[in-house]
Amino acid sequence: MLTLLPQLGIGVADFAAALLFLYGLHRMASPVTAPSGIYLAGIGMAVAVLASFLYAFLVEAAARPYLPTNLALAIIALGIGAGIAWWAGRTVAMTAMPQMVAIYNGLGGGAAAAIAAVELFGVPMQSTAVLGMTLLGAMIGAVSLSGSLIAWAKLDGVIKQPVRIKGQQVVNGVLLLIVIALGVGVVVGLGAGVGASTGSGTHAVDNIMSRSNLIDLFFLSALALGILMTLPIGGADMPVVISIFNAFTGLAVGIEGYVLQNPALMIAGMVVGAAGMLLTLLMAKAMNRSVSNVVFSNFGAQAKHKQGKIQGSLKPVQAGDAGIAMRYAASVIIVPGYGLAVSQGQGKLYEFVKLLQAGGVSVKFAVHPVAGRMPGQMDVLLAEAGVPYDMIFQLEDINDEFVNTDIALVIGANDVVNPAARTDKNSAIFGMPILNADRAKHVYVIKRGEGKGYAGIVNGLFYGDNCSMVYGDAQAVLIKMIEAVRGLGLPAVA
Amino acid sequence: MDFQIAISGMVGLYIFMLAAFAGWVIIGRVPAILHTPLMSGSNFVHGIVVVGGIYALLNASTTQQQVIGFAAVLLGAGNAAGGYAVTDRMLAMFKTSVVPLKHPARGHRASVKVVHAKKD
Repeated sequence: MLTLLPQLGIGVADFAAALLFLYGLHRMASPVTAPSGIYLAGIGMAVAVLASFLYAFLVEAAARPYLPTNLALAIIALGIGAGIAWWAGRTVAMTAMPQMVAIYNGLGGGAAAAIAAVELFGVPMQSTAVLGMTLLGAMIGAVSLSGSLIAWAKLDGVIKQPVRIKGQQVVNGVLLLIVIALGVGVVVGLGAGVGASTGSGTHAVDNIMSRSNLIDLFFLSALALGILMTLPIGGADMPVVISIFNAFTGLAVGIEGYVLQNPALMIAGMVVGAAGMLLTLLMAKAMNRSVSNVVFSNFGAQAKHKQGKIQGSLKPVQAGDAGIAMRYAASVIIVPGYGLAVSQGQGKLYEFVKLLQAGGVSVKFAVHPVAGRMPGQMDVLLAEAGVPYDMIFQLEDINDEFVNTDIALVIGANDVVNPAARTDKNSAIFGMPILNADRAKHVYVIKRGEGKGYAGIVNGLFYGDNCSMVYGDAQAVLIKMIEAVRGLGLPAVA
Repeated sequence: MDFQIAISGMVGLYIFMLAAFAGWVIIGRVPAILHTPLMSGSNFVHGIVVVGGIYALLNASTTQQQVIGFAAVLLGAGNAAGGYAVTDRMLAMFKTSVVPLKHPARGHRASVKVVHAKKD
């Protein structure tokens, strides 16, 4: 009877959590309802976590003497983990958001792997299917943990160059096979333990390779696989990688949920798994790559395409002149790229935009799906600077408007406005959806230097007759533009 | 009487299939402008793994299990709390200029409330 109420409590709480997660994510379909969506999901999480302490009434007999210690440990772990992560999440700069998401994601994968480890080191499981599922979740979780940490290191600049060794794919493939073989070994009971009385002959083998050693090796090789998988992938492909690992962690959580017979974990994990997969595909499409191409190949190796001839010359202009030209234009579309975020120029950009708007200029932002270091990051950075989201337009919604626009202002973006994606069949980026900035009547490009974009391709847009280059750090250039427009002393138009 | 749920065999697969489908449909409707908060939001949702961690830790009967269980709760709690913190922070930044007041966000929220009040 004593077990009845806790069971009911946990059941109801987990059901509520699963429902609130789904409804909360559903409300994220619009910027207006999204804040309430995450709030509802948060309530679901709080309810589920609080209710999980009811498990204290349901512990197995073997664990009952340890219950006070375990309860104290659980509360301490909750406090420390949540406290540090909350503080980090509240203080991190918006430009560092991709790294942060990578870390949190790795934590989730690690937690799933740790749960699997507790189960594996515990009472031997009855069912082969459950044991197999535990190991599968453990592998995916461990790969997600170590892979996410490498992704963090790359995004944070700790690891600067992709690390590639010869025969990388063969090594990874062999390692994957080793992980699977070790997992199978655990399932069929290789080294079932020293206690197993299988005769003196196998006894020695059991001593060298006990079940727990086998499990240790399994986890170590899974962690190594995550590291080796992620090391060769370039920094600019990290958004796709984070998205994949997000899906991985979701899968691992869902699978461990099955092992623990917890439907809330199963549903939440699988929803995230599907969401991560969908986002991964969207990202890869926006980058004109297949997912396998991101994971298994390296961009640099295939960028040996012949380049179409580029006519024209680069025409540098002064920042002030560019600013004044925009003040006298009727319509301006701004194409922000990662270069803007690097120079932290979003705030100055919006100040400049407000100046233009006060003068009656129509201003819109055009954001490419892969602008920034993770999907939608540029939208967040603009929102942080105070830009209302109804001024921000996505590629498919604004691309036809460039033709009728006086000025397109490209800031720190390159490949996403390269017309070669439309015209040059030999180009590595041919077929990638781009913003048609080149079709505007005039284009100003703010750029730090004459360097190439990530794809290492010369951008024909910069050489066009209708294009002027403004060289310099985005923020510094924007400050000059603001000063120049203010210097005109024009009255504001109501 | 027993409230313990037994999810065995194919039932698990059905739950996975339905949840994956729901996730795909729900996420497919989210506009690209919200993809970063969405990613960190779904990241937050798999922080529910902390519940599994608490279960595993409470049922630990060896020091080894206690240590690993502690790690599971620590990591899971970090995932959940951090995911919520950053998602909430990002979403609070999205403002509209529909009501061109000095404080667009405040003005807009006020107008939403008025609409609700009228409905009531």
